Amino acid sequence: MSDLNLKPNIAGADDFYAALLGAHEGLSKEDSDALNARLVLILANHVGDREVLDQALDAARNTG
Amino acid sequence: MNAENKIFEVPLYAYERSPDQDNEAAVRHPVVIIGAGPIGLGLAIDLAQQDVPVVILDDNDKVSFGSRAVCYAKRPLEILDRLGCGQPMVDKGVEWNVGKVFFDERKIYEFDLLPEDGHERPAFINLQQYYFEEYLVNRVRELQAEGKAIEIRGNNKVSAIGNHADHATLEVDTPEGPYNIEADWLIACDGAGSPTRQMLGLDFVGRVFEDNFLIADVIMEADFPTERWFWFDPPFNKGQSALLHKQPDNVWRIDLQLGWDIDKEEEKKPENVIPRLKAMLGEDVQFELEWVSIYTFQCRRMEKFHHGRVIFAGDAAHQVSPFGARGANSGLQDTDNLAWKLKLVMDGMAPESLLDSYDMERIHGADENIMNSSRSTDFITPKSEMSRILRDAVLDLAEQHEFARPLVNAGRLSVPCTYDGSPLNTADALDGPERTRPGSPCPDVKLGDDYLLRQLGDKFTLLTIDADAPESLDEDGIEVTRLALSAKADTTGMLKARYLGNEDSAVYLIRPDQHVAARRPSFDENLFRAAIRRATGKE
Ligand SMILES: Cc1cc2nc3c(=O)[nH]c(=O)nc-3n(C[C@H](O)[C@H](O)[C@H](O)COP(=O)(O)OP(=O)(O)OC[C@H]3O[C@@H](n4cnc5c(N)ncnc54)[C@H](O)[C@@H]3O)c2cc1C
Repeated sequence: MSDLNLKPNIAGADDFYAALLGAHEGLSKEDSDALNARLVLILANHVGDREVLDQALDAARNTG
Repeated sequence: MNAENKIFEVPLYAYERSPDQDNEAAVRHPVVIIGAGPIGLGLAIDLAQQDVPVVILDDNDKVSFGSRAVCYAKRPLEILDRLGCGQPMVDKGVEWNVGKVFFDERKIYEFDLLPEDGHERPAFINLQQYYFEEYLVNRVRELQAEGKAIEIRGNNKVSAIGNHADHATLEVDTPEGPYNIEADWLIACDGAGSPTRQMLGLDFVGRVFEDNFLIADVIMEADFPTERWFWFDPPFNKGQSALLHKQPDNVWRIDLQLGWDIDKEEEKKPENVIPRLKAMLGEDVQFELEWVSIYTFQCRRMEKFHHGRVIFAGDAAHQVSPFGARGANSGLQDTDNLAWKLKLVMDGMAPESLLDSYDMERIHGADENIMNSSRSTDFITPKSEMSRILRDAVLDLAEQHEFARPLVNAGRLSVPCTYDGSPLNTADALDGPERTRPGSPCPDVKLGDDYLLRQLGDKFTLLTIDADAPESLDEDGIEVTRLALSAKADTTGMLKARYLGNEDSAVYLIRPDQHVAARRPSFDENLFRAAIRRATGKE
């Protein structure tokens, strides 16, 4: 059983964030939504662990 | 449409006057079944084979009009083997293993069902429902010729029902006027619109999917392969889905999703259907329409299937959308579950409360089917903007990346359910495979020239694998016969893989419907006697 990591974990946070924005640059709202959806699915598959995924869903639901 | 020579135009059980109609008092029958659909017929055959006299009433005299079910899974075929009509199904049916999934204009991937070895029956066959019903009627005729008390009364429409403590009463309309009969047990297999349900004021709750599907069976000489082709958002049906699947006799099943706001009568007209099909199949393909209809699908079930002396089975009890081929498939699992229990109760060998386990086990099955079928429908017909975005993302990814393919849901094909937590199960006492834990349907195994399921038959069986046990056991009238096998003699290793796992020996108590009731590494008389009592509702 593993826990969702909610501590800082990305080296070069600013670079990653810029890359994320960059991926969306110039895209229509529709294309951006599609890109986000693909990204979520790719990352979810990489995580794989259902418990971690459930925790991630909860964390996303309970913020914002 | 040249329907004149179709089997769904020929009366298969024409109306005949029954002596019951000339009897002053209502004649009492042990079992009356309402509905000669696949489920009513299947149940009647099962009971008649066990010498329970049955009368089937149907408001019609023909097989199912046009084509409904096409796809039959392995488990129902195995059940049909037990009922003596598996072979004609497989002989006539079309076997298939490959499916292709298209998105927009591209084929995004294909899959192979890769059926596991050592099963007598294929993973799936496709066959028109009217053939299925015809084979069942043929089997009824065969049983009649053997002298079994099984009767189909065509054009006998049930118009009123009374449910009493120890029997049910029926009023039946015929071309020659109404008559009354009674039944110790009344089984309602009268379909999704079940008049019995309505007459008894019972609920049928669930979800209607706001969508319409055009179902067309076309006859064509085409060289499309024998594969299941499914399209998401194809150019010929923008924003919707489509399915193409082969049936015998060069008949092809086509499903076209139409959406909610349509004029059904307009859409069904050949002048509207034909251009749609041409866009799909190609302008040059010659075809003839055998059958066209429009369906709105629903997923719902009754709260309980067992109401005293009236018991519901098949579509009357539960309804699912057809993605995944679960309707007739699961209905046959209902009758498989019900027939032996009813027989024991009628013979006074088990308490009436054994029938509560029918409710528990088959509601579990219905819920599993409804869940799977609702999920498929939600994928095929996204219900919100975001679910469409996610669905399309899955499809886009599936083309290039294998990981996304298991997420594509164009129908999860029917597999039988395991009755986990059933009161008839004895706690698992074997370090054996998951798939044969108590509650599971027995997987088939090839044994030389024969197959395990053929040898199990339809009685309680004590399956021993490299273990000693008496040849038979009688627990308060329940007879259990031993089937002795050895994994050492099985060169394929399948018996070990499916029934032994980490153990060197095993003893299984198997129910008449071929589900596991109990298992241990060795025989123990007291424990197995207790397991038999438990499996028959006596503990
Ligand atoms: C388009 C489509 C595709 C499908 N595809 C599949 C598939 O691939 N695989 C699968 O397993 N299932 C499939 N199904 C589901 C399948 O057709 C049904 O689950 C199946 O027919 C149910 O059988 P049944 O005997 O319970 O009911 P029915 O077949 O509906 O039979 C009920 C019978 O009761 C009779 N009856 C009704 N009222 C009375 C009355 N008052 N008195 C006397 N008799 C009465 C009717 O005449 C009828 O003969 C599909 C369904 C549709 C619509």
